[in-house]
Amino acid sequence: MIYKVISKKEFTGFIDALVRSNSSFGPRQVDNDLRGNAVYQFQPVHSVDEIAFDYSATASSAKHFFLPFQEELSRFLFHDGDWEQQITYEANPVVLIGLRACDISALNILDDVLLNGHFPSPSYLARRKNSFVIGMDHLPLADCFCKSMNHHTVTTGFNLFCSDIGDHYYLSINSSKAFSFLREFETRDPNYDDNCMLVERRKRIQNGFQTEIDVTALPTILDIEFDSPVWEKWGDKCLNCGTCAMVCPSCYCYSLTESFATSLNGASREKKLYSCNLVDFAVVAGGHNFRPKKGDRLKYRYYHQHRGFAENANQQICVGCNRCGRACLAGINPKDVINDLRMEKESCMTCASSSPRKI
Amino acid sequence: MHDLRFVIPPQDINREDFASSKPDFNRRSEIMRTDWGYKCMVTNIVRLTEHERLFQLHIIDPLERALFRFRPGQFLMLELPGYGDVPISISGSSNNHEFLELCIRKVGHVTSALFTIGEGARVAIRGPFGSAFPMDEMAGHNILLVAGGLGIAPLRAPLSWINEHRDRFLDVDLLYGAKEPSQLLFTWQFEEWKMINHIKLHTIVEHGDTGWKGQRGMITDLFNDISIDIAKTYAIVCGPPVMFKIVCSWLEQLGIPMNRMFVSLERRMHCGMGKCCRCMVGSTFTCIDGPVFDYWTVMNLKEAI
Repeated sequence: MIYKVISKKEFTGFIDALVRSNSSFGPRQVDNDLRGNAVYQFQPVHSVDEIAFDYSATASSAKHFFLPFQEELSRFLFHDGDWEQQITYEANPVVLIGLRACDISALNILDDVLLNGHFPSPSYLARRKNSFVIGMDHLPLADCFCKSMNHHTVTTGFNLFCSDIGDHYYLSINSSKAFSFLREFETRDPNYDDNCMLVERRKRIQNGFQTEIDVTALPTILDIEFDSPVWEKWGDKCLNCGTCAMVCPSCYCYSLTESFATSLNGASREKKLYSCNLVDFAVVAGGHNFRPKKGDRLKYRYYHQHRGFAENANQQICVGCNRCGRACLAGINPKDVINDLRMEKESCMTCASSSPRKI
Repeated sequence: MHDLRFVIPPQDINREDFASSKPDFNRRSEIMRTDWGYKCMVTNIVRLTEHERLFQLHIIDPLERALFRFRPGQFLMLELPGYGDVPISISGSSNNHEFLELCIRKVGHVTSALFTIGEGARVAIRGPFGSAFPMDEMAGHNILLVAGGLGIAPLRAPLSWINEHRDRFLDVDLLYGAKEPSQLLFTWQFEEWKMINHIKLHTIVEHGDTGWKGQRGMITDLFNDISIDIAKTYAIVCGPPVMFKIVCSWLEQLGIPMNRMFVSLERRMHCGMGKCCRCMVGSTFTCIDGPVFDYWTVMNLKEAI
């Protein structure tokens, strides 16, 4: 990693040059919500003026550039009573501007899940290799809990990361591509004051988190509280719409569907992102549903997010961006659910410690 | 002025050096397996019952046929182009390198379509996926196989293995229960298993008709007929979810160690590679950590059986 400092004016020129010659996506205001707050999304940008550098958080995450909602995995061509399978792993190079630290962390988690292990995903790899990621730090929103999940800073998984230090950006350069392009622009090595400013900025971010979740020993608690009434309570509220999984930066469950082409000379196998809260997620042929209750399905989402298949991946998948909490129509958010679970746990603890036998 | 041309060159994922660069890609054959299917010809279809048929597949390409090796208990994804793919356990012998045998029940969208195809049709398979029964570890022991209904299909692979290496095993018992005598599968092999392979076969049906001379009742009724030496017995159980619970708890009460009891689970699957998460049980995947689990693992998984 190489560190440089660039003035904001020069930085604007750099981004403009990047945007004009590449297919680029950056945060743009697309709408206002009911309360009048701006709604941002990663949208195609063609000049630097279109990018809202001071955005809060996008409604959807950046994962869809790597895991599209729908993608064709393979295609079958029929001829003479036989078929031929065709597979292409194509990815158009994209520049992604303004990803938050938690978004990049989520990509790192996806890398871990989809590229390590026995069956790496070629289409994900093609997209990941063909992207140029520019991260930007931000002061946390009132409901972010990235710090609790330890994803408020990121050290890898991006090409360039920019920290706002007054009238300059402090750049962490993590790829030769970014470095060689930045050579065209006026940058300087960070001096002592810049370093102090960076540390101060980091401190401000660190101390800016208003929402915190106690995740100590959460995997164990999730195991112990498997039959907790908390799941039923929150499950009853859940509408099973799957919105949480769609906006989540690290949810990757999917469904495969196969369909014939209208010309009937071919068929294609398509992958669609899915959500474990949808009713038929675990329905097997014959109609048996392994997770028939709403609470069961909600619980499995929390299991995956916060227990993270401890036997397999051994890390929590949630990065703490709270997009699911913001998007949920039923008002379910991770902070409340986990605190509810903890309360239950603590009440058990107090019961145990105040029982006469313990004294 | 600055040179403003900066275009990220597209990279070709199929190129060897690119594929082998970081992130680590040392299993190239398995990259191919993620989306490519081996093309198979359906060489024979045997009607077992009204709803179950045994499909015999032959991988067309000789190189692919040489590459495709599986162990008893593993499954594959069978794809009928245009309809979708389904996880099917391989119920033939793992030493039969020419033909694969799949016992399929007509129950869903894809399997219904499979029942309309005839011999000579081309299908695709991906795999093999999943864990297998530890046949080497079981050698030198008694084997108790418990199958309920279609559960005989995945058990036929380890059974073939035992038959091919019969001298490595001591006593082999097969308890097999079904709803009706007409629903018993692989009946033509019963005599072969009994007479040639010296397997003690106990069958039982819930509702026997007048022609049925064997026992009637639940599979649990067969437990009285057999004697188990708990010190040297391995058990393999496969059947509907209800059966797992009854059979495994009975075996546990007898005193068979949990790590010597194996079950084969089923779940909905879409990828077979631990990516789609459809088959997760508790916190493991049925497709990569299973479908064969020892009972200790299953006990510790929530909602597994």
